[in-house]
Amino acid sequence: MDSALLRLENLEKSFGETRVLRGVSLSADAGQFITLLGPSGCGKTTTLRIIAGLESPDTGKVWLDGRDVTSAEPNKRDVNTVFQSYALFPHMTVEDNIGYGLRLRRKPKAEIRRAVKDALALVQLDGYEKRMTSELSGGQSQRIAIARAVIGNPKVLLLDEPLGALDYQLRRQMQLELKRLQKQLGITFIYITHDQEEALNMSDVIAVMRNGMFEQLGSVSEIYDAPKTAYVARFVGNANIVSGVVKDVSDGVITLARSDGEMSVKLTGAPPERGATVHAAVRGENVQIEPLGRDGQPPEPIVGTISDKRFAGGQLRISVTLSDGTEVTASRHGIDSPLAAGERVAVWWSPDHAVTVEGDNEA
Amino acid sequence: MKRKRRVSIAAILPMYLFTLLFVLGPLIYMLILSFASRDGQWGVSAEFTLKNYPRMLEPIYLRTFWNSIKLSLLSTLFVLLIGYPFGYFMARLTKKWRTIAMLLLIIPFWTSTLMRLYGWIIFFRANGVFDGLLMGLGLTTAPLKLLYSYPAVVVGMIYALVPFMIYSVYSSAEKLDWRLVEAARDLGASGFRAFLTVSLPLTAPGIFSGVILTFVPSMGLYFIADVLGGNKIVLIGNLIQEQLVKLHDWPFAAAMSVVLLVLTSVFLFLYRRVTKSDSLEGLV
Ligand SMILES: Nc1ncnc2c1ncn2[C@@H]1O[C@H](COP(=O)(O)OP(=O)(O)OP(=O)(O)O)[C@@H](O)[C@H]1O
Ligand SMILES: [Mg+2]
Repeated sequence: MDSALLRLENLEKSFGETRVLRGVSLSADAGQFITLLGPSGCGKTTTLRIIAGLESPDTGKVWLDGRDVTSAEPNKRDVNTVFQSYALFPHMTVEDNIGYGLRLRRKPKAEIRRAVKDALALVQLDGYEKRMTSELSGGQSQRIAIARAVIGNPKVLLLDEPLGALDYQLRRQMQLELKRLQKQLGITFIYITHDQEEALNMSDVIAVMRNGMFEQLGSVSEIYDAPKTAYVARFVGNANIVSGVVKDVSDGVITLARSDGEMSVKLTGAPPERGATVHAAVRGENVQIEPLGRDGQPPEPIVGTISDKRFAGGQLRISVTLSDGTEVTASRHGIDSPLAAGERVAVWWSPDHAVTVEGDNEA
Repeated sequence: MKRKRRVSIAAILPMYLFTLLFVLGPLIYMLILSFASRDGQWGVSAEFTLKNYPRMLEPIYLRTFWNSIKLSLLSTLFVLLIGYPFGYFMARLTKKWRTIAMLLLIIPFWTSTLMRLYGWIIFFRANGVFDGLLMGLGLTTAPLKLLYSYPAVVVGMIYALVPFMIYSVYSSAEKLDWRLVEAARDLGASGFRAFLTVSLPLTAPGIFSGVILTFVPSMGLYFIADVLGGNKIVLIGNLIQEQLVKLHDWPFAAAMSVVLLVLTSVFLFLYRRVTKSDSLEGLV
């Protein structure tokens, strides 16, 4: 076997007629932070449940520390979970919840009490020992669930959207805390989120999931800078996808022709054939939008019509509709721009900022 | 607002009157009767007396009271042991099977309990179904005399009462969030430990109400002792019936009924004190 701590081998799972997982493979080293990123219903929780042993795959294998645990009971795996629903025991105090795993292992009472205190400090809920779980807010419950799962020092910690219920401030703070904790304890994290910013902030490896498969699995920079498909580019980088036909390839730049102008894209990998249709991905912050005919524009920029201008997420977003209906959105700092809706504009970008991606055909 | 309230009082009033008339009325009548004297062959004289109560301290009556309580406790224990797993697993069935199971539980109530008890006679009597089965399997050679025995009465009690336990446990287990059991397993509990530490405490309300729903009526199911125990097993209920029907001592029968009522209330009270359960799952 290889040195991977956790290995998923071609997992497939159906619930009745619904194929939920269609061949998921993953390899995680000790101490790695791996994020499953994907839209609701794509199979993230199911993948986690299979790793935890709460669900068994139809086909495929789970290896943990060199051992095939595919059919091992959940309690026979050195894996703990922070559940999406917290799953705190309502008939126990916070202290008893957190100490549950240690009590099962028959640790001495004093040791458990100390460990619980430390775990509470870790999630910044000192002094909450005697509370009942019904007296906790959503965010507090989540933090107790985290404390309960890490206290036993598992090899792998599975976290199903553990920060989903927290406000932005606490969320950022807990992201740092979790990251620190993970480094400090050397635990492998398999982390679910559908917040791309969170994924980019915390992960070593991101698996972008779609329809029960990993659309792309790679390091943060791979996923962010070299998305393989239009889907990944959109989901992770909020990229615009614009298609064109290859006109020319030279000096590491592909020139693409459209009915409404030309655009250029950095060449990565094998050069495409002339006449082939290619999709380019460009993030909003790299899209230039200017009135026609200014200096510094490429000779034949794409021409479109401004369709919308709005302030969102701390940025000004200007959308341009192209002749084939494609919408390109540029984001700018600042709160307004002299450009107005209905205006004809030039749309272009530096080839360094655009990559080619595979199209969007449904899996 | 006001109008609504007036309507609801009007709706409840008949129920109050009904309860007053048909539940409280007879109880008061019974209490008064228990302090009256017996008169001649049939009647009751209004002459006040306390002697009906001390009379119960006579050894045969005391022993009967004690036997009744013992039988009820024993039956309740068995009902719990049998009914709990049934109710618990019923809640884990898929919706379709749950409906079927619930139906199977209810159907026997469409015939009278007495009729169904006679079924047990066919089963238990010498050379009956049970004996035939055992002898056919070669486990016994001669018919066992099971009918008119203590075990037969216990079986009858369990049979009559187990549906209530199943229902109580079921309604509690149905509310159990299975994800909590999964969390326990995930944290290292075996299936059995997860059951003991999570499922059992969280279905305790169902156990409480099931025990009450079993124990309280079991004190009154004297006809089971009659049908399946012959005249060998005598319970308080049998004594009361005998005083009423055969010996026509209504005041003494009333006194015994009052004591039985007080006894069950005390058990109920003690039980609720011990378990601190205010809500009765499946009751109401
Ligand atoms: N026990 C089950 N029975 C039937 N279908 C299920 C079951 N569990 C999950 N599914 C289905 O499988 C699909 C994937 O579910 P899963 O919980 O893995 O999604 P997810 O990626 O975690 O989504 P979310 O972000 O909303 O939590 C969904 O369509 C869901 O309806
Ligand atoms: Mg999920």
